[in-house]
Amino acid sequence: MTEPLVQVRHLKKYFPITKGILIQRVVGAVKAVDDVSFDIYPGETLGLVGESGCGKTTTGRTLIQLYKPTAGKVIFDGQDLTEIKPKTMRTLRKHLQMIFQDPYASLNPRWTISRIIGEPLRVHTITQSESAYLERVENLLETVHLNANYMNRYPHEFSGGQRQRIGIARALASDPKFIVCDEPISALDVSIQAQIVNLLEDLQDQLGLTYLFIAHDLSMVRHICNRVAVMYLGAMAELANRDDLYDDPLHPYTQAQLSAVPVPDPRVTRARKRIILEGDPPSPANPPPGCRFHPRCPIAQPHCKVEPPVWREVKPNHWVACHEV
Amino acid sequence: MMGTAESDVIKIQEEFKTEALTPGQLMRMRFVRHKMAVFGLIMLVILILYSFGGAFIFTEAEANFTNTKLRLNPPSAENPFGTDTVGRDILIRTIYGGQISLLIGLAAVVVEVVLGVLIGAIAGYYGGWIDGLLMRFTEAMFNIPQLFLLLVMAKFFGGSVPDINLFGRQFSGSVVVIIVIIGLTSWMYLARIVRANFLSLKEREFVLAAHTTGTSNFSIIFQHILPNSIAPIIVSGTLSVANAILSEAYISFLGLGVKPPTATWGNMLEGAYNYVETAPWLWIFPGLLIVLTVLSINFVGDGLRDAVDPHALVDAG
Repeated sequence: MTEPLVQVRHLKKYFPITKGILIQRVVGAVKAVDDVSFDIYPGETLGLVGESGCGKTTTGRTLIQLYKPTAGKVIFDGQDLTEIKPKTMRTLRKHLQMIFQDPYASLNPRWTISRIIGEPLRVHTITQSESAYLERVENLLETVHLNANYMNRYPHEFSGGQRQRIGIARALASDPKFIVCDEPISALDVSIQAQIVNLLEDLQDQLGLTYLFIAHDLSMVRHICNRVAVMYLGAMAELANRDDLYDDPLHPYTQAQLSAVPVPDPRVTRARKRIILEGDPPSPANPPPGCRFHPRCPIAQPHCKVEPPVWREVKPNHWVACHEV
Repeated sequence: MMGTAESDVIKIQEEFKTEALTPGQLMRMRFVRHKMAVFGLIMLVILILYSFGGAFIFTEAEANFTNTKLRLNPPSAENPFGTDTVGRDILIRTIYGGQISLLIGLAAVVVEVVLGVLIGAIAGYYGGWIDGLLMRFTEAMFNIPQLFLLLVMAKFFGGSVPDINLFGRQFSGSVVVIIVIIGLTSWMYLARIVRANFLSLKEREFVLAAHTTGTSNFSIIFQHILPNSIAPIIVSGTLSVANAILSEAYISFLGLGVKPPTATWGNMLEGAYNYVETAPWLWIFPGLLIVLTVLSINFVGDGLRDAVDPHALVDAG
């Protein structure tokens, strides 16, 4: 098998909870990401799904070093991003880009479109002259199917879908290898979602991009991803090839989630068994001992409450963290 | 036939094409709607013309020319605003005093804005112990009454400052001292506003995007975040000009401000103290000018506050 482009090993990100006005004491930590390991192979789209607050966005942001990890390694192209110098990291950033969730917040409202898209070009001095710069910005706008005449306008003159295209153009500007797509479509209308997803797929074919696609819409993930990872409360529950995961989910959490995906066929809906989880996810500041999922798990056994499950490969390319599999 | 129809359509489209308004244009439109703000702006222009245009008619030597025979003359054709205790013409002194008062107002605010923005930006952006240190210092400064600070610093630094030459005018070096001490004692409020803005803006996704790009902290602070918090800085800065002019008037009135013979509206009031009833023209004219200036600036500040209101911006967008 080919070498992975990104290797994440035992990644942890804890946000400290502090108390005190003058002297800040650390009284606890929100374990947003707690010991997560996975690989991303060149040219693939890895989906990362999970409910709100399970740490998928934090995983994406920690992965590209927007947050400093508490522990663990992120090996990108043979280099450990958590250990290299900040200066080296800044130059490496042109290979690692991100597309954000909220197209209304991700563009600087005081900057023109050409300045927004061109920022990576200036920071990494990719284009040498002003004319080359403008030409590149024009090309980028055309790549995301926007009119190049728009480049002197401001973000407030665009719709949500157009803004998301601008965000994509910015992410493409420095010719990255790897892009973290942090719920790029969840703030958009359904009709626009399809356009953006198709654009992302086309770009992947043309430019050979690798995506980490963070989402909570399981049917969209099935459409776009090659492999899918499921997170629960800061930890990985299951990771498998798309079809394996959707056809034969092993982890009870994955099974419950997949049974909730709406199917546009009333006969199927009536026939299938819906697994309804009880209760709410516990607080990541104080996760349950043993398996994190045990308080809500339909098949929990006594030892699940004590012993944390091991993240293991049960079938080729099918990883799961559960005692009962 | 088809061709002409199509070109007609294009022509009509061109005619009806409306350019989207820039944020600046929208701001101007909202400002103009504010009647008192426009009045204040016109008043300010008149006051600036009065102070700086008047200098083309009268020389500063005339403003400082003393003639005790003419002391305490009431307003007349010769001296429209009357004369002061040593026979100087009050009209000419308000002209030259206005220059100094307005200069102090503006320059002190420049000092204030630079300090307030730097301290607020660094505290808000870096957070942690840097924030704690800078904010505790800011609060400490807040808790000392400004007037007390002004007087102590004026006493401390105002000893013997040489005269300075600027724009062809020679005036007491105490002007610079006053500018610096007003600036040093008034930045705290602005620092808090800037810090609060930075705290909320640094978590916004466009700032994260800049981090992802590899943009330096310096660029993120000054090119991404600061331009987005410029509106409250302008509003607060504008209102501070009025406060700085008033502060100068306080300390000059108490005799610790700008040293005579250099006139300011504030130190002209000092001499009027003993003649409140007997020679009211001594204080009416400089006092009126201070009130007019401060009022106009406050109106303009209010207008700006409405003009840069982000909610209105959302409506317009």
